[in-house]
Amino acid sequence: MRIVNFVAFGLLASAAACGGKTQPSTNGEKALPAANGLRSMEAFRDISDPVARSASIFEEIGKVLIHPRCSNCHPSDERPLQRDGLAHQPLVVRGADGLGAPAMHCSNCHGTSNFEMMPGAVNWHLAPLSMAWVGKSVPEICEQVKDPARNGGKTLSQIVEHVTEDAFVAYGWSPPEHLETAPGNQALFVQLVQGWVDAGAHCP
Amino acid sequence: MSRKLRINGTSYDVDVADDTPLLWVLRDHLKLTGTKYGCGVAQCGSCTVHVGGKPRRSCVAPISSIGDQEVVTIEGLEGPAADAVRKAWVGLEVPQCGYCQAGQIMSAVALLREVPTPTDDDIDKGMSGNLCRCATYIRIRKAIKEAAGATEEQP
Repeated sequence: MRIVNFVAFGLLASAAACGGKTQPSTNGEKALPAANGLRSMEAFRDISDPVARSASIFEEIGKVLIHPRCSNCHPSDERPLQRDGLAHQPLVVRGADGLGAPAMHCSNCHGTSNFEMMPGAVNWHLAPLSMAWVGKSVPEICEQVKDPARNGGKTLSQIVEHVTEDAFVAYGWSPPEHLETAPGNQALFVQLVQGWVDAGAHCP
Repeated sequence: MSRKLRINGTSYDVDVADDTPLLWVLRDHLKLTGTKYGCGVAQCGSCTVHVGGKPRRSCVAPISSIGDQEVVTIEGLEGPAADAVRKAWVGLEVPQCGYCQAGQIMSAVALLREVPTPTDDDIDKGMSGNLCRCATYIRIRKAIKEAAGATEEQP
């Protein structure tokens, strides 16, 4: 229920932001502190122009999106990456449904949670080619993320919902010990995405 | 922790920790040693079994993830695709040292059940996770195609 309220309030805040200058919204919640290389919403408080503030926030969001924990499964070709962006071994391809080739599915190895050194999460899969991030700039990824034709038909509020609730997104901050986590933490990331939407979802 | 497992149509009671790999249970507890330990990190495919009808590397499958899904190992693999693969494997003398063959056959049968007449590309991509140190890949591909032809001929 809290998540539903969180998203609903975000939509209201987004509507309010269209009128002009507003303070960076954190949906009534206190801005979370900076963590693990990811800045707090507080860092954007003094940018009065919503367009500039939104674009600046997305630059921060981009730090997460281009991190290997996220981008490894958003490849620009048929093959996922692993570790710090190395080619996946053994050979695995996206397949028709993003779940691998016949007999060589992601689930052959990746379960619904980590096991020893094997990463795992519910719904482990490759993003479709339309959502490829590897090799793209943060501004290019931004345009792609908010384009329903390339983001799986998601509205901005559904994007917030996705990063808040999806177990596969959460994996970015809970990989096996030998892998580096994505910058920040999921709660801070969600707050940044919400702040970007609230300020008009502009791209850098 | 005690749990029930259904393997090759038989129910077993095993008492193992949640994080015990399925492969350990098969080999050490149930003495189903047809499934081989190769690398232990899902890089070679020799430990491949079917869980819930899908291929799974048993060395990285914690027993807690199996639940009530049916597990099939090389000892219990059956059906038209399995019969055709076994016949082709023998006919073309695919195994050399033989260590990887259980995993190869489990993957080959899974492939034929999904793609009854696989192309070279289907075979290469579907079997890419099963390594063979004797490098019998050409024979493996040929045997899968022969098995595909045999299953096609069945009524």
